[in-house]
Amino acid sequence: MMDGLDDSPDLLAEDDNKSETPTYDPRTESVDLTKDDTLSIDISDALSERDRVKFTVHTKTTLPDFRESEFSVVRQHEEFIWLHDRFVENEEYGGYIIPPAPPRPDFDASREKLQKLGEGEGTMTKEEFTKMKQELEAEYLATFKKTVAMHEVFLQRLAAHPAFRKDTNFRVFLEYDQDLSVRLKNKKEKLGWFIKSMSQSVDEVLLANQKDADEFFEQEKGFLVEYHNRIAQSTKCADRMTKMHKSVADSYIKLSTGLGSLATCENTELDKVFNKVSECFEKSRKLEARVSSDEDLKLSDTLRYYLRDTSAAKDLLYRRTRALADYENANKDLDKARAKNRNVQQAEQAQQRACEKYEHLSELAKSELQDFKKRRVGAFRKNLVELAELEIKHAKALNQLYRNCIAQLKEEGRGAKAQPQ
Amino acid sequence: MADDREPPPLFDDEKPDKKEDEDDLFATPNEAPKEEIKDEPASLPTEPAQDKASEDLFAADDDLFGEAVKEVDTSKLRRKLTEDVDDLSPPLTPLEEPKPLIPTPADSSKAPPKKEPPKEKVKKYSQAKEPKPLIPTQADSSKAPKKDASENKNPPPKEEAKKKEDSQTKEAKPSKKEPASMAKEQPPLKPMKVSVDLHPPKPGEGEEVDLDSPETEGPSSPAKMEPDSDSSPLEAPPMAEVLPPAKPVIEEKPKPTPAPRKPSMEKSKEEVGYTSFAQIEEEESGDQFALDIKVHDPGKIGDGMGAYMSYKVTTQCLDFGEEKKTSIPAFRRPSMTVTRRFSDFLGLHEKLSQKHTHIGRIVPPAPEKSVVGMTKIKMSKEDTSSTEFVEKRRALLERFLQRISLHPVLQMDPDFRDFLEQDELPRATSTSAVSGAGVLRLIKGVGDTFSKVTIKMDESDQWFEEKQNQVEALDQQLKKLHASVEALVTYRKELGISTSAFAKSTAMLSNSEEHTALSRALSQLAEVEEKIELVHLEQADNDFFLLSELLKDYIGIIQAIRVVFHERVKSFHNWQNAQQNLAKKREQEAKFKQTGKTDKIAQAQEEIREWEGKVEKGREDFEEISKTIRTEIRRFETNRVKDFRNIIIKYMETLMNSQQQLIKYWEGFLPEAKAIA
Repeated sequence: MMDGLDDSPDLLAEDDNKSETPTYDPRTESVDLTKDDTLSIDISDALSERDRVKFTVHTKTTLPDFRESEFSVVRQHEEFIWLHDRFVENEEYGGYIIPPAPPRPDFDASREKLQKLGEGEGTMTKEEFTKMKQELEAEYLATFKKTVAMHEVFLQRLAAHPAFRKDTNFRVFLEYDQDLSVRLKNKKEKLGWFIKSMSQSVDEVLLANQKDADEFFEQEKGFLVEYHNRIAQSTKCADRMTKMHKSVADSYIKLSTGLGSLATCENTELDKVFNKVSECFEKSRKLEARVSSDEDLKLSDTLRYYLRDTSAAKDLLYRRTRALADYENANKDLDKARAKNRNVQQAEQAQQRACEKYEHLSELAKSELQDFKKRRVGAFRKNLVELAELEIKHAKALNQLYRNCIAQLKEEGRGAKAQPQ
Repeated sequence: MADDREPPPLFDDEKPDKKEDEDDLFATPNEAPKEEIKDEPASLPTEPAQDKASEDLFAADDDLFGEAVKEVDTSKLRRKLTEDVDDLSPPLTPLEEPKPLIPTPADSSKAPPKKEPPKEKVKKYSQAKEPKPLIPTQADSSKAPKKDASENKNPPPKEEAKKKEDSQTKEAKPSKKEPASMAKEQPPLKPMKVSVDLHPPKPGEGEEVDLDSPETEGPSSPAKMEPDSDSSPLEAPPMAEVLPPAKPVIEEKPKPTPAPRKPSMEKSKEEVGYTSFAQIEEEESGDQFALDIKVHDPGKIGDGMGAYMSYKVTTQCLDFGEEKKTSIPAFRRPSMTVTRRFSDFLGLHEKLSQKHTHIGRIVPPAPEKSVVGMTKIKMSKEDTSSTEFVEKRRALLERFLQRISLHPVLQMDPDFRDFLEQDELPRATSTSAVSGAGVLRLIKGVGDTFSKVTIKMDESDQWFEEKQNQVEALDQQLKKLHASVEALVTYRKELGISTSAFAKSTAMLSNSEEHTALSRALSQLAEVEEKIELVHLEQADNDFFLLSELLKDYIGIIQAIRVVFHERVKSFHNWQNAQQNLAKKREQEAKFKQTGKTDKIAQAQEEIREWEGKVEKGREDFEEISKTIRTEIRRFETNRVKDFRNIIIKYMETLMNSQQQLIKYWEGFLPEAKAIA
């Protein structure tokens, strides 16, 4: 699943000495988290090497479990995944929504575009090529920053969680200054994982008819399933929208250079007009690109994050339903045992355990789901407000830009008429 | 000035063998004009010649009729008229033609009653620039009204059908008639005055009476023929009236064409217009006769493969009736609407290019035929892609007409006038891609490109060399830019579509969101995005209609410029050929002198004179076309600067408006987002 990482990005290599160290900018954080005084984590640095990204995870803490109060370690994406899997596998955490693992750093899209650009180099002017390349590099940088942010958010959510923050594996992840020797899953493991996820979905189907006495969960289940589908759709559409917006912005490049070269072969006073407009498009394409990337950051990423979070919540519900089914089975077993009067005590214990587990899960799940909702609403609010503000800001800037350009054109036109012929 | 220029390029004939020289593609039948030519300057023949193409087919008919006519009436005029009539009428209504032809007087009466046939005729006249045909016939009728009457009876019932209104129209014509006849005798230079004299007759109703009598006798079939009898009186006279004035102006030949209804006003106007026109030609002054032309209401006519699109063309004369020096009283009404199909536009372009391209005028390019687009329309009932296609084409056609109307010379072209004004046009047959004419055109096109390759010319004129290079560079840049804009349009449309998809999915999401405030905010977001979708789509339209089409137009015009440049090269080539021939003849003469063949010397000298004339003419032609092209290019550049500046500003304004809308929408959304709690 993580193989892709091996050919990870070195888009910038040509220009930037094979490494780029964008620091994570807290403003771009997609998810609102309550800060914890005693355990705060950030990714202070990230390094893109030929085939992987190295994140420097910086921790500040007052928790007694840690040997020091401030330290940093270097982690790779696979180690994040390993950490995530430890949480998922730990039955103790069955009642919690496990924060979704950060997505694999994916620079394929950028790389592909760069390749395309290289192929099309002959069809455009040098200027256009340079600009397009810059555009791609900016895009790559944005992707990179986003990846870092996702990883950071993952850790921050763990740190903010009352149960997860105390987890041993988490502590090791943060503290152990050596390589964790996490290997990519080998084929067998992958197969196992695949079978497990398959069996889970089969199980989900089987459990779909599981009656649930608790209305809250019944309702949540319906909601989450539907919500997940719709937010997935929405995310897809938002992605496409921002992508198209970027294309529009990029097509301004050609427009701008086209006008520029038109101006050079112009023999009338139109050259000034063309130059002005060309300049204007050059500026406006930058703004339009900002619109696109801000939409991506505020809108698509919020949606995407909650798509994954919803999925994690669904998993939680599955675990609870599973526990419920187990509990009911244990009850049946107990009844049978009592009828036969054999192994009654054993059955009673099993039933007791199942019951406790189920009730524990239900209780935790309830508060987790409520938490999830609160978190979701908060994040949407924050990001939608920011989105609207940024949209307004950019639109105003563009408006101003065009207005100035028109004013200049008109003035120039008057000038041309005044002194003409 | 126009007179001399126009004729030469097409036909070298002018004075010598008119008929024989006309082996050109178009040259065929117009004998009528030639006769007139004798009296009048050479310019006349050329005009008809331009239209000859359409008339070729009917040439045979002409002869027949023409002779018959002669027998009836001896006057030259008549003969011409009849011939002309024949030429004109045949295409659509072959059956009816004979009738009109025979009774010359009837012609006058006919014109109004048979609306369709007459119009065609009229148009052709106009094309042929022969107001005369009409005039003479009428004159004949006026001269011998009684005869006419008797003759009228003879003609088929249709002809007989005349209304009083018709008679009125006739009245108008009679006035013209006389002038026409007079005009022949009169010197070409003072046409205007002649026309003035003519006007008075129009009002005179005495003639009416004569005319009426025959008409009254005739059964009143007119009702059928002319359902719109009311309109007929108005329309009928104008055809005759309107066209003639335009012609004289264009040609600058003072034909004593009848003045339109307002004789007094028109005299002055005509004179004024005349001079102003001349000025325009000379100076390309910006002042022109302003027309506001709209193409609208595209509609599909017919079904299946025979279906075609028709458009309404509405023309407004902006300064109609004002006595500006620029307002040439060419139209009878301040506003008119006609229905045209696409091939009519192509036909108009064809006619204009035949007339003007070879003398160096840049004729705005007509939209291309689109087999794909049309097939879609033919096949599908209603879908967005075909409506889009139709709308694009409509805009193209409108710009095409507007460009013509802005051209000082083209705007006065009788074909253009007819196009705007006549209710019916002869069907343009030569525009169809599959017709024989289409094949011919193709062959000719191939020949042209071939000659473009083979005919080389050492450019001695630096101005031309420079311009040619500039135009080529411009062409290249425009094409590149056009491609970029097309890409932009595509992306922006996609953006609109994807925005709409996002709006829909967000609306769905808001439906399933359990948190009330968030749900409301999301549904607001969906609404905002829906509005934004419209902003994007509208902007995409603006990208297309303002920017992309502007570029495309100019790419087309540049193509036309290239053609014109090529015409100049051809003209140069002709001149050089003539010079070479002259040199040969001189050599020959020298040889004869040396060898003492005195008997052949005279002939050789004759030939030398002839070739000297041709060389001279070739030189003149070349100079003339060079001059015209310079003027045209200057005009092109002035217009280009104006067009680009205006349209770019307009376009930037649309961009700005889009952003303003976005600001509005997002500002509306902001409180909603903040209201999430």
